Amino acid sequence: MNVTVLKKIRVAVSLLFFLFTLSLFLDYRNILPPSVYSKILFLQFIPSFVKFLSIAGLSAIGFILVLLLTLFSGRIYCSSICPLGTFQDIISFLSRKLKKKKRKREFLRYEKEKNWWRYSFLGLAVIPFLGGTIFFINFLDPYSSFGKISTHLFRPLLIMVNNAIAFLFEKMNLYIVYPFEYKGVEIFSLLFAFAIFMLIVYLSFTKGRLYCNTVCPVGTLLGLMAKYSFVKIAVDETKCKACGICERVCKANCIDKKNKKVDFDRCVACFNCFDVCPTDGMKFEYGFFSSSKKNSQNIEEIRLSEREEKVSHSKRNFLFNTFVYAVGLTGITLSQIKITPKKQSKVAVFRKNPVTPPGSQSRNNFAQNCTACHLCVSVCPTQVLQPAYLEYGLLGMFQPRMDYQMGFCNFECKLCGDVCPTSAISPISLEEKKLKQLGKAKFVKDNCIVNTENTDCGACSEHCPTKAVNMVPYKNKLVIPEVKDEFCIGCGACEFACPTKPYKAIYVEGNPKHLTAKINKEKKIEQEVDYKEEFPF
Amino acid sequence: MDRRKFIKAGFLTSSAIALGSYSNIYPFLPSSLSSDYDLVAIKGGEPEAMFDKAIASLGGMKNFVKKNQKVVIKPNIGWDVAPELAANTNPKLVARIIKHCFDAGAKDVYVFDHTCDNWNRSYAHSGIEKAVKDAGGKIVSGDSESYYHEVDVKKGKSLTSSKVHELILESDVFINVPILKHHSSGRLTVGMKNLMGVVWDRRYWHQNNLQQCIADFSTFKKPDLNIVDAYLVMKRNGPRGVSKDDVLTLKSQIISTDIVAADAAAAKMFGMDVADIPYINYADEMKVGKKDLSKLNINRIIL
Repeated sequence: MNVTVLKKIRVAVSLLFFLFTLSLFLDYRNILPPSVYSKILFLQFIPSFVKFLSIAGLSAIGFILVLLLTLFSGRIYCSSICPLGTFQDIISFLSRKLKKKKRKREFLRYEKEKNWWRYSFLGLAVIPFLGGTIFFINFLDPYSSFGKISTHLFRPLLIMVNNAIAFLFEKMNLYIVYPFEYKGVEIFSLLFAFAIFMLIVYLSFTKGRLYCNTVCPVGTLLGLMAKYSFVKIAVDETKCKACGICERVCKANCIDKKNKKVDFDRCVACFNCFDVCPTDGMKFEYGFFSSSKKNSQNIEEIRLSEREEKVSHSKRNFLFNTFVYAVGLTGITLSQIKITPKKQSKVAVFRKNPVTPPGSQSRNNFAQNCTACHLCVSVCPTQVLQPAYLEYGLLGMFQPRMDYQMGFCNFECKLCGDVCPTSAISPISLEEKKLKQLGKAKFVKDNCIVNTENTDCGACSEHCPTKAVNMVPYKNKLVIPEVKDEFCIGCGACEFACPTKPYKAIYVEGNPKHLTAKINKEKKIEQEVDYKEEFPF
Repeated sequence: MDRRKFIKAGFLTSSAIALGSYSNIYPFLPSSLSSDYDLVAIKGGEPEAMFDKAIASLGGMKNFVKKNQKVVIKPNIGWDVAPELAANTNPKLVARIIKHCFDAGAKDVYVFDHTCDNWNRSYAHSGIEKAVKDAGGKIVSGDSESYYHEVDVKKGKSLTSSKVHELILESDVFINVPILKHHSSGRLTVGMKNLMGVVWDRRYWHQNNLQQCIADFSTFKKPDLNIVDAYLVMKRNGPRGVSKDDVLTLKSQIISTDIVAADAAAAKMFGMDVADIPYINYADEMKVGKKDLSKLNINRIIL
């Protein structure tokens, strides 16, 4: 077989995964059916792993397949499946194009492995996770980072383009393209997405896949597996003329031409080296243990391993300290959340518990399983799902919450649970969702327009899908809200619609553990209708 | 109604039923001939059949829509619920109105609502999006602030300005197609309350004397035609409704150019006293229309 075809296959497969994954986040019109989400994201390592921990079923074995694949032929996940990886390749590709024009030197070359960095980040992801918090994974998981970048940077850009086109059409009296009313995003989420975007762009522009071999814990973990993979890429020392062309196309900077070695645990299986080698000097090695490594172990490697041992001490300290620091911070939570600042209503209203999306079961379940990829934020048609800042406490940063200033949960919708790739939001039936009580509405009479202004309002009751908020007689022939919270599902329609400022006259207090609301069943309207009867006027 | 009028109306309606849009067949008939009714109330038929007859008794759609005019239809599409829950205007009626507009020579017929629930879902679930597209009309978003433009409500007491959808401002003909239903805070929603769906900021209305604002806005622009859908009527838990148990099949329709009269008639049909619905009384006082039905020339049709 012509081995250069491998690169072509890799490029095609990676682009497919990239475009499919990206399209999930960019689908602001909810065109894609919910069923494709789980198929496309099946192999995403961290979401699948997290899902497996709570649902050990076939739908969650994607990460096991990735591990087996890695054990067979190295980090295929990194080369083809990881959307952040392919994103880096695209940047590197552009970088190469730009640099060629300016006749600059090729930018890739062999780099020593940065084990201190790699294992620190791996530890940062793993150890606190064992301690019960997913916090660092939310920052480090490449899929979730790609999700945040897509949701907060790419998606708004696409919406801007859409709205510009809609505006032009509107001027021609055409309403084919409609503008998308983008309600904005939590600023810290945006900043984080921007920071990680800049880091990725910088690293991939200058150093190829350096991110994957320093920061990414999935890369490091799969790298550890790849040391023992059955098929490895190696240099055929008999054919290699040490020209170094391969080194200059190696994205992982792991081909050492001087020593004619491939550091396979950093190799992201891109097959660029096979493609360019003029002398057929690259080969596959078969067997779970590396032969070439043992044979050609040289002074440098010994020196490296010595250094690693030396480093591991400080590494351990570092991890320990981080862990302690992280645990210490769990106590800091913004337990009180202020609801809008302007003027008029007088009674300050604070929510004790934030509201988690339907299907998340409880705040704990959600906190443990959400990797903050923000896919639910992207698909939510009412934009009520927004990344938290400190509403869940520091450790729940960026995990989505129900933001009833932005919108309210659509009664007939359960998309978030359908698309969630971890088990943070489980898919539930619409019937179940319609009774899932995320929280309970609380009425603050002293803020209510009917009471303060002596005029009708009732926006809350109008929007209530279960009529848990009902209007009852009040003085001067007015009607005023009354909450029957056993019927309330905590969708936030009342809070969103309530016009009082700065404090709402009705708000949803979250249920730390979701409950089931009662069905608001009334007797059927019975009234004889005589269609031949005269009109009452 | 005198006998001559009755016979005339009867002749015209029956020919309309027999031959479709009679005005296409008798274009020489002056449109004023049969349009001296202030209000038409009809019951006992399907939405389409009732509309055909009722509009014929007002001289047909040609009386309201001229050749090459741009028409905007504003049904109630406020909620993401199925048609049988009667929270949104009957899609069959909307489709029929569009057909009549095109038959009368309309160039474009636009349909929109500023929904309460998510607009995409409400448009789809209500069946109105499909009905409009199938009838050749254009369904437009009401969900973007960029479509709304600030206007003065000169006669308004509580509401003196509002941002209004450009289709309302730019169209030649404005047809208001509310559904009659119970309303928890407005008491009842019909024609005037339906106009709340052509403005951007509804919260302001709620903050500043809702009942007065509803009346105020009806002074801004009088719909050329109000068609009240009372085929399925939500008797309680409005305006969204909880279940089908809230709905009564009334099989009725009211058409009038007078929005206050239409609302007053609808209130009576619903079984409410007009005096109990503040905005109807305010609008009457502000001379938007007449709430006293005894002074109107009403065509009552029972099928």
